[in-house]
Amino acid sequence: MLDKKFEFLEHMGDAYIAAYGETLEEAFSNAGLAMFEVMTDTKLIEPKLRDEIMVEGEDEIALLHNWLEALLLKFEMELKLYSSFNVKKIKRKNGGFLLEAEVFGETFNKDKHLSKTEVKAVTYHQMNISKEAGKFIVKFILDL
Amino acid sequence: MSGKTSEHVPLIKVNECIWEIPTSYKPGMRVPGRIYSDEILLEKMKMDLTIEQCANVAHLPGIYKWSITLPDGHEGYGFPIGGVAATDYEEGVVSPGGVGYDINCGVRLIRTNLKIDDVKPVLPKLLDMLFNYIPSGLGSRGKLKVTLSELDKVASEGVNWAIEAGYGWPEDAENCEENGCMSNADPSKVSSTAKNRGYPQLGSLGSGNHFLEIEAVDKIFNKTIAKSFGIEEEGQIMVLVHTGSRGFGHQICDDYLKVMEKAVHKYNIKLPDRELACAPLKSREAEDYLPAMAAACNFAWANRQMITHWTRQVFEKVFNKSAEALEMHLIYDVAHNIAKKEEHVIDGVRKVVCVHRKGATRAFPPEHKDVPVKYRSIGQPVIIPGSMGTSSWVLVGSKKAMELSFGSTAHGAGRVLSRAAAKKRFWGSEVKQKLENQGILIKAASMAVVSEEAPDAYKDVDRVAEVSHKIGIAYKVARLVPLGVTKG
Repeated sequence: MLDKKFEFLEHMGDAYIAAYGETLEEAFSNAGLAMFEVMTDTKLIEPKLRDEIMVEGEDEIALLHNWLEALLLKFEMELKLYSSFNVKKIKRKNGGFLLEAEVFGETFNKDKHLSKTEVKAVTYHQMNISKEAGKFIVKFILDL
Repeated sequence: MSGKTSEHVPLIKVNECIWEIPTSYKPGMRVPGRIYSDEILLEKMKMDLTIEQCANVAHLPGIYKWSITLPDGHEGYGFPIGGVAATDYEEGVVSPGGVGYDINCGVRLIRTNLKIDDVKPVLPKLLDMLFNYIPSGLGSRGKLKVTLSELDKVASEGVNWAIEAGYGWPEDAENCEENGCMSNADPSKVSSTAKNRGYPQLGSLGSGNHFLEIEAVDKIFNKTIAKSFGIEEEGQIMVLVHTGSRGFGHQICDDYLKVMEKAVHKYNIKLPDRELACAPLKSREAEDYLPAMAAACNFAWANRQMITHWTRQVFEKVFNKSAEALEMHLIYDVAHNIAKKEEHVIDGVRKVVCVHRKGATRAFPPEHKDVPVKYRSIGQPVIIPGSMGTSSWVLVGSKKAMELSFGSTAHGAGRVLSRAAAKKRFWGSEVKQKLENQGILIKAASMAVVSEEAPDAYKDVDRVAEVSHKIGIAYKVARLVPLGVTKG
């Protein structure tokens, strides 16, 4: 896991992902990148547009779920693909958590972007946030 | 695979294809677990959490008889995929996890009067046109843009909306489970997020394991029944469509999982796995979920109907004959991710139950009132798709299924390799080449999906059909083999 931003783990039927970061914010950013890597080749997404995303969650797990779901809905509804993620400070708010991020990418173009697998949903199955040897690890499963 | 196994779960052998998990395994089990499987498929289920999850489902309040896992069972989220759970409609619960994200994911089979020799010479052209006519793959959008108010009609009327809008023949509705429309659907129970996600995707195939295949009848096992279904001879061409309710259904499931998570605490329901989240059938939460789920079912039936219409149009163009002249009748359309209100006899008493079929196909017997009139004396057609490039099956529902599995059988092949493992092991282009060497053409938006869906990543669907036949929960009628596949 040393220099990797994320990796795909073994899971029957679906995408089981571990994303890493020096900070929780960085791990969340890499989780976003990993999800778009399931859908397409993120190297082909140019940072032509910028969006702001704000989500809340009653705990860090719910925050991770809601962050990924917000990104998935951006694709599903507006066909936007992102390759650069900047999760700013994750803050405590009203007993829960608040995340603010800016994301960069472009609108999906069938001729330019690779069509891999559609993501049906971000599941809570085996979702986990941990810290090992000073690094943050977030794990989650996408239903494909 | 989670890496965890079910090897430790005690199993009692009932006969060569039936295994039982005793209630003594876990203190909260209300009924035993039942696995319908031969020894080979059972060994695979032991390698992941399938059997453990079967035991967990037995904890659901109001569950009757057994928590059932079918021969294609594999590990899912909370519920195993390839499972049935029936709960009492008054005192039991409904669980969105027992239906799944892809509500009314299902298959339909369309017949033709064409033979292999008619299709072989034009197969590449036929596949190209199907691929271009039917939106598929990442971000696929329907060709026709419905408005949000039109979407409410789709969600209320299902296949009838599609037929009235010109996408098919009036007789198509009769050949769908539920006549292609759940009457309890209520679009006002669907979030605006689900509607906004769903409406651009109506009339699209999607990606992953969804596909449209051109099949040839390979072997007929029961000539009389096959003929009644419109399957007349070996070599006859059929079309198989496998897709569901797209983002509309995925979002409805997601929305209601959150609702049910809260309901579990509110009603103090004790569950061994939070993903079995559920609510009493007589609660506000269930009364909201069921009409929303039904709306997604209707979306899926309309979706498969539109794809059928475009398929007929492509055949008309390629063969220069009308779809009527090509006798492209819909044989049947079945859901395999659904929860239904049904009547079943339990210990000699007729009960109203909620049957959860998560990766399970309804398999109703002859003379059942929900079997279309034209098949009433024969039994309901059951369609079990294989994986990409392998055979698919037509079976017929049976009385035994009513006794053993709440009128259900398997729904497919079931994975044996994870997508990540399949991608490491197979190259998309090699899989495509290998299938082409067997005479199977593939037209896919994504080579990654081709490797993830490689035939060797799945269990042997022939074995799944064989076990169903042996136990008698649905009998073999015909085996189909693919000639061409289009995938997202």
